[in-house]
Amino acid sequence: MAPVLAILRKDLRTELRTRQSVPAMSLLSTTTFVVFHFGLDRSSVEGELAAGVLWVTLLFAAMLGINRLFVAEQEEGGFDGFLLAPIDRSAMLLAKVVALLIYLVALELVALPAFALLLLGPAPTQALPELLAIIALADVGIAVVGTLVAALAVRARARELLVPLLALPLLLPVLIGAAEASAPLFLDAGAEPVKAQWYLVLGLYDMVFALLAYAVFDFLVED
Amino acid sequence: MYGHGLRSLSIASSVSVTTALALVFFYAPNDADQGFIQKIFYIHVSMAIVALAGFVAGGAFAVQHLRTGDRRWDLRSYVAIHLSIVLAVGVLITGSIWARGSWGHWWLWDEPTLVSFLIVALLYACYQPLRFAIEDAERQARYASVFAITAGAFVPLNFLAVRLAEAYTHPRVLSTTGGAMPGSMRFTFLVTLGAVALLFVTLWKYELTSKNVRIQLKALRARLAPAGPDH
Repeated sequence: MAPVLAILRKDLRTELRTRQSVPAMSLLSTTTFVVFHFGLDRSSVEGELAAGVLWVTLLFAAMLGINRLFVAEQEEGGFDGFLLAPIDRSAMLLAKVVALLIYLVALELVALPAFALLLLGPAPTQALPELLAIIALADVGIAVVGTLVAALAVRARARELLVPLLALPLLLPVLIGAAEASAPLFLDAGAEPVKAQWYLVLGLYDMVFALLAYAVFDFLVED
Repeated sequence: MYGHGLRSLSIASSVSVTTALALVFFYAPNDADQGFIQKIFYIHVSMAIVALAGFVAGGAFAVQHLRTGDRRWDLRSYVAIHLSIVLAVGVLITGSIWARGSWGHWWLWDEPTLVSFLIVALLYACYQPLRFAIEDAERQARYASVFAITAGAFVPLNFLAVRLAEAYTHPRVLSTTGGAMPGSMRFTFLVTLGAVALLFVTLWKYELTSKNVRIQLKALRARLAPAGPDH
């Protein structure tokens, strides 16, 4: 556990000092809400439309963080230092997943109030626990798949182009699950119950890709 | 040494493709409901099944590659995925033609199988760009295998999620490949499926042979070069 904490602490400290990912992600999300306002020509959205706008925005904002996730390791020789250390390779995976998860939560702390303020009709205050559960499940999926994609693309030329091309189709089940699950919470007439199947879809996705990432990640940091 | 059995495979697949086409056009009855256009179903569904099987096989070969470290498994995985992408384009085109013929629209979002297939095709379309954006040959093979495994696991999850999403708004009344096919149609479908699968395997072997020969030739040239006149 100590190596995981060490890498995580390093990542968070770098982020705090350079402020590369989280501010850009938050800013992009707010800008995207403005873009949606004009693109849809609506001053407020509800139901399925609101869920779609929110999740597409969060997904696109997440792409920025995913893009930068391993760049310091690649450019500043972090991979070499990591490989020289006598620690398990999975430590890197876990640390990066947690770091991305923290970035996503920080993003949502800005994006959700901004969404409620700028675009959403009545805010689903009574349904907040359900919404938070959906967001937590979706964030885990985005963090796991995002880390895997970031590691896959970091050694490639034109990685900034490859990351969204790879991550967006892979994350479509998360988008489907999260958008369908949160749509009834955003109804103008008041929140309706969430269908349990969407928690299951999101949970299943998280579990499958967590196991898969654990199995294949070692091969991405081998040399 | 690599082309072993190619001749008999080629003959078998050309015979079976001809037989399948003959059965589709002359033996299988016209669908009572959709008429002649329904015949595209035989080739469309067969290609879809073979393409998905090819993607899964590509993932399985990739697992073998990562486990054994033998680059030949990566080559097998690469060729299987590459051919499946070609088939996938065919599936999307024939599916679109069928949708236009039967329902009057080139694209229907409430046909979950077709939508899932589009997503899978979009994902695998990144396989080659990713692969060839990595310079080091050994790393290229390793990263491509990781992609092939991840994408292979994604295929069933994606079908599940899309199907649930569509079932939510549009209940499915009848399944397209349903069990209610008359015997002659079922027979024709199975023969076409077999023919497409055989064609896939033949093409796969051809490409593997050509790639292996090229690799061998390169190795021989490299061995020859130091002894050449300009050294």
